[in-house]
Amino acid sequence: MYGYQLRTEFDQTTGSTWPLNVGQVYTTLARLERDGLVVAGEEDEEGRTRYEITDAGRVDLASWFGTPVVSSDRPRDELAIKLALAVTVPGVDVSGVIQKQRAATIVAMQDLTRLKASGEGDLSWSLVLESMRFQYDSEIRWLDHCESSLARAARDRDQAITTIEPKTGVKR
Amino acid sequence: MSTPALEIIDVSRIHGRGDAAVHALRGLNLSVSPGELVAVMGPSGSGKSTLLNLAGGLDQATAGRVRVHGQELGSLSKGALAEVRRRMVGYVFQDYNLIPSLTAVENVSLPLELDRVKARAATALAKAAMDEVGLDGLYDRFPDDLSGGQQQRIAIARAIIGDRSLILADEPTGALDSETGEAVLALLRARCNEGAAALLVTHEARHAGWADRVVFLRDGAVVDEAGTTVNPGAFVAGHR
Repeated sequence: MYGYQLRTEFDQTTGSTWPLNVGQVYTTLARLERDGLVVAGEEDEEGRTRYEITDAGRVDLASWFGTPVVSSDRPRDELAIKLALAVTVPGVDVSGVIQKQRAATIVAMQDLTRLKASGEGDLSWSLVLESMRFQYDSEIRWLDHCESSLARAARDRDQAITTIEPKTGVKR
Repeated sequence: MSTPALEIIDVSRIHGRGDAAVHALRGLNLSVSPGELVAVMGPSGSGKSTLLNLAGGLDQATAGRVRVHGQELGSLSKGALAEVRRRMVGYVFQDYNLIPSLTAVENVSLPLELDRVKARAATALAKAAMDEVGLDGLYDRFPDDLSGGQQQRIAIARAIIGDRSLILADEPTGALDSETGEAVLALLRARCNEGAAALLVTHEARHAGWADRVVFLRDGAVVDEAGTTVNPGAFVAGHR
């Protein structure tokens, strides 16, 4: 397969959710060749190089499919960090931050659901699409959870204040 | 502009009195047009089910107005209200509410028969509604012989039979697996694309994703609304 062809197929399979530039594809192919996982054929008259997977490459690929993705490999979650900071910075409307995110994620979910409803794309594409819909779904569940944790914390704080107040001599 | 299928105007619902009064809804406004699917999300106790009950004339507002296709429910006689409920409004509940001793087609035709539509015509319409939700051929099966997904589709067929143009759905995918639940939502969506209006109470964001608009309730009031744009291309270009 040629580098350009690889990129096109990757794009089709993932519904362009993970855009690659063709330079990245060739750099990666060069590394795979260096490690003996693919071999490059002769350049054809159009200057294209055809790559083929080696036996070692097949073993490596099988091992990749057989290894679960661990969370430390994933990028840090900006949203979790944003909320963690929001509760510590005075004057931030944390509920507002949560609701803004929830509404934005719902809009993203609507976009994905319209794509799903359009019935376009093959099985691979629909699996990627569903993976994103489930991620948004879980993000919103988590936001709901954050909101109720905030409400509980506020209630606990109010209760602490009412129990402290009699000691300061305020009659209720 | 056509008359909204549902208008909730400045509606409050207070249960109990004095210190024990519970404000289930506080001056809520909401309108659903024909062709629209509107989802309502919010934590427990935010007023979602109260809203749905008021919209369907199953409960009365303490203040404010509820209109179904321009008819103000509070001003109708008992009989006229029952007629609006039978003819215009279809309900889909979480637990299906099917009658076990009736066949699928009898369950679906029941609202029409209560409305004194002749049995033969009612059965024909019931079969058409069942065909529409993909249950053709299962007319004479009893609810107990059908899967959860099929039972829920019967409930939807019952909700859309005849000219019912306002569908009220309360967590309609309750016990269904995710694939079957999605199919139920796709059905609701299709019905709205054909001109019905639907109000869907859900806590699942994936299901709310099928809606044109999502309304967020907190403590009996609308605090936010999402999704008025139709822009599927945003995703392909690398959303977020």
